[in-house]
Amino acid sequence: MSVKHALLALLSEGPKYGLQLREEFEANTGQVWPLNVGQVYTTLQRLERDGLVVALGDDEELEPGPQKAYRITEAGSAELAEWLRVPPDLSSPPRDDLVMKVLIAVRVPGTDVSAVIQAHRRYLVQLMQEWTRLKEDDNGNDLAFSLVVDSELFRLDSVVRWLDAAEGRLRRALADGWTPAQATAAAQASPRLPTRPKMGVRR
Amino acid sequence: MTVLELRSVSKVYGRGAAEVQALRDVSLTVAAGEMVAVMGPSGSGKSSLLTIAGTLEEPTSGAVLVAGQDTLRMSAGAKSRLRRRTIGYVFQDFNLLPGLTAAENVSLPLELDGASMRKAHLAAVKALDELGLTDRARHFPDQLSGGERQRVAIARAVVGERTLLLADEPSGALDTVNGESVMRLIHAYCKRGVAAVVVTHDAQLASWADRVVFLRDGRLIDQTAAPAGPETLLEQQS
Repeated sequence: MSVKHALLALLSEGPKYGLQLREEFEANTGQVWPLNVGQVYTTLQRLERDGLVVALGDDEELEPGPQKAYRITEAGSAELAEWLRVPPDLSSPPRDDLVMKVLIAVRVPGTDVSAVIQAHRRYLVQLMQEWTRLKEDDNGNDLAFSLVVDSELFRLDSVVRWLDAAEGRLRRALADGWTPAQATAAAQASPRLPTRPKMGVRR
Repeated sequence: MTVLELRSVSKVYGRGAAEVQALRDVSLTVAAGEMVAVMGPSGSGKSSLLTIAGTLEEPTSGAVLVAGQDTLRMSAGAKSRLRRRTIGYVFQDFNLLPGLTAAENVSLPLELDGASMRKAHLAAVKALDELGLTDRARHFPDQLSGGERQRVAIARAVVGERTLLLADEPSGALDTVNGESVMRLIHAYCKRGVAAVVVTHDAQLASWADRVVFLRDGRLIDQTAAPAGPETLLEQQS
């Protein structure tokens, strides 16, 4: 997640102090991503070095005091506008522990794979219940919070759906007479995963 | 207080080679104020469970108790009275009658139960008011959006102080935001004391429930941990 661009976005509303940036960052991410004040200042220093923000001079301080306030530059606004439009790199799949566990469950003789899948499914649905409860209590008052919770719910939901699909495939394979021994044999015949095609969609 | 109790319910359709065992030894208790989601893939027995809980079908074996009454021992008349007064149904495709306005759709079950037209109309308008549909009362279903139609269907299901709400993929035909409003509404009724059973294959919808039970091949195989509330604690002690 880009703290740098989040700070540029907050500064695009007007000059602000470091502490103020931290408070607003946390408010805008529904308090789900905590940010320490050290991160804020090191990021501001880098932004200043790259000419994307400037520290206000003493005569333009928002109010007198030891804190430094910052203002976004034109280059900073251009950088922010560009960043919003460029999709993040999602082409390489993350290494996912849950996927690994299910792949291994299929290989280990005597494993009740459906029971393994259900244990994960129950855990995920319980997590989703907790998020939904938070969303219900908030009642749509905090838009940023709703967006964050939605993204978490969709992420967990996609994992539940993958588990459903995995179970469906497993059942079909079992119905067709598949056994774990075949999984082992197939893996030995081709010890490595086929080379993944290079994903190169223009972003 | 227990509103719905399924005791070792099994359901078999067909005979011999065509025999399908839809439900196997299902036991489920739903208390007043509790929303239970039944999650399972297609063919797992979700819809059978709902029609049997709603007394629209009888189980092959086992018992179905609604509001403490054994429905298998009731006369046909008593059973249809129970369906009209105690049980509300919500379906995926809303099932509103196209020739009736929103208010008429909602008041119909009350009129069928013998309420005067005026009394039924007032109750319907009140139910629609609560769902933010005051200015839609005179609209016909085809003049309403999908989300509004489903809210009318929910008003129809709960009007007249019914205590058991049964819903089959109630937001299946709606987008995320409208679907969420429907689930929020059902959960709000539960907080006022209604017991609800929602069957769905969608984890996001199921996550609105207080408890999620998982159905596979007609069996309840698992459930989420119920959040510790006074009723749960009481059940554990008894």
